[in-house]
Amino acid sequence: MLSRNQKDLVLNGLIWLSAIFTVFFLLWIVFYIVSNGIAYVDWAFITDNYSRTGDEVGIWPMIVSTIYMVALSLAIAAPIGVMTAIYLTEYAKAGSALVKVIRFCTESLAGIPSIIYGLFGLTFFVGVLGLGFSILAGALTLAILILPVIIRTSEEAIIAVPLAYREASYGLGASRLYTIVRLILPAAMPGIATALVLSIGRIIGESAPVFLTAGMVASIPGSIFDSGRTLTVHLYMLTTELYTQHDWNMAFATATVLIVLVLMINLITKLISSRFNKASY
Amino acid sequence: MNTFDIKNLDLFYGDNHALKSINLAIPHKQVTAFIGPSGCGKSTLLRTLNRMNDLIAGVTIKGSVKFDDADIYADVDVRKLRTRCGMVFQKPNPFPMSIWENVAFGQKAQGLTDKKQLDAIVEEALRSAALWDEVKDRLHTHAFGLSGGQQQRLCIARTIAMKPDVILMDEPTSALDPIATAKIESLMENLRKEFTVVIVTHSMSQAKRIADKTAFFLMGELIEHGETQQIFNEPNDSRTRGYISGDFG
Repeated sequence: MLSRNQKDLVLNGLIWLSAIFTVFFLLWIVFYIVSNGIAYVDWAFITDNYSRTGDEVGIWPMIVSTIYMVALSLAIAAPIGVMTAIYLTEYAKAGSALVKVIRFCTESLAGIPSIIYGLFGLTFFVGVLGLGFSILAGALTLAILILPVIIRTSEEAIIAVPLAYREASYGLGASRLYTIVRLILPAAMPGIATALVLSIGRIIGESAPVFLTAGMVASIPGSIFDSGRTLTVHLYMLTTELYTQHDWNMAFATATVLIVLVLMINLITKLISSRFNKASY
Repeated sequence: MNTFDIKNLDLFYGDNHALKSINLAIPHKQVTAFIGPSGCGKSTLLRTLNRMNDLIAGVTIKGSVKFDDADIYADVDVRKLRTRCGMVFQKPNPFPMSIWENVAFGQKAQGLTDKKQLDAIVEEALRSAALWDEVKDRLHTHAFGLSGGQQQRLCIARTIAMKPDVILMDEPTSALDPIATAKIESLMENLRKEFTVVIVTHSMSQAKRIADKTAFFLMGELIEHGETQQIFNEPNDSRTRGYISGDFG
């Protein structure tokens, strides 16, 4: 039999091992990709155009498409998501049928594999609405995809605003709208901002629903009605055509840019949420 | 003259009968204290006076509460009622904004935007709440930098800024230290001249010190009410006597 101390030691060891395992793999992946790719990331790689013939291998069009996609998806999903969260927390009667339906829908939406969104976007936005392969069709699809995250996280941020604020505000005769706009939303803003930054990560990270709806034209989109290729889709395309060492290098270089981008977004989320925790209430 | 006339008031939280046929008149420009053990319904009754119970789901109210002869559960605009019956809560609950913004919040919510007018209202309210001298040089700093007692006086100033007729206080000093409590109690000496004050308190000595009238509640019933002196010195009901002499509660 193991003594109490020995058991403690074994368990401690296991816990440490698991932690080290996780950290190790994260660092390994990041290191592996960056070390293979960083040598090919230079100013020209970031600012050059891309051509299929291989004359130009830059990722500038993909960066622009990604920015378009992020901005447009958020512009569509953020107002709808935040307003839904406000409705659910401040207006709807807790436990009403409508609330249950909305909750069920957002939870189901969150559980659907993203390729299904792509399929839906392809048939509905691209086909039925006739938007064709375009940034707009992609952004609409991604907007639906990130809605659950925005709704849930914003809801939690709004619920975390102390009841005492609402009481005090209503106690002063302030209207519900005034209370929400002037008191609750500012207090919940760090949490809502976290939701939006998380969604940006999601938008950048998706590939399947994006190439099914926004297509993969690797040039700078002239407008939101043009097709565009985001960074992740670009990486996906590159990895399907890995014939030469050069192809590999370009894939790793693109992956490096993506990873740095995602790490930066995570950092921003951390900064915001640490401000959120310190937020004065 | 009475500010509130409460007639046959029953209140239910779901099935829980929290207030049982309360009949009580609250006189104009006096301090009325509600005393009684925890769960006796005194805070609930206070919150029926400005309809704060509306915020809680599942509350049903029967009977009538008249404020200046208008039944507040029948024909009164709730928001207007609340601007006339301000409320100070148990825990100081300043908004996460500057001292100035806190005091101006209610008036701005009513649509007042003139900076000069607001400045004047803020100063007057802070003076009435005996806070002006302590904060006049840092009106635009965050309210959370104030001490607990100062925060509670800020909440009183925020209420006064609405120029209400009534100030409802829900155990306003229970979260404060004795010195901060003493300051609020001395402040109430001034408030009683201008406002009808209704205060819920756990401290019988506090009720004795500041209240003109006292009402004693037990298990949702109003057991006895009258002049504070009479309630504390010669209560009519044995239960009142038991509570104030510390037999229970």
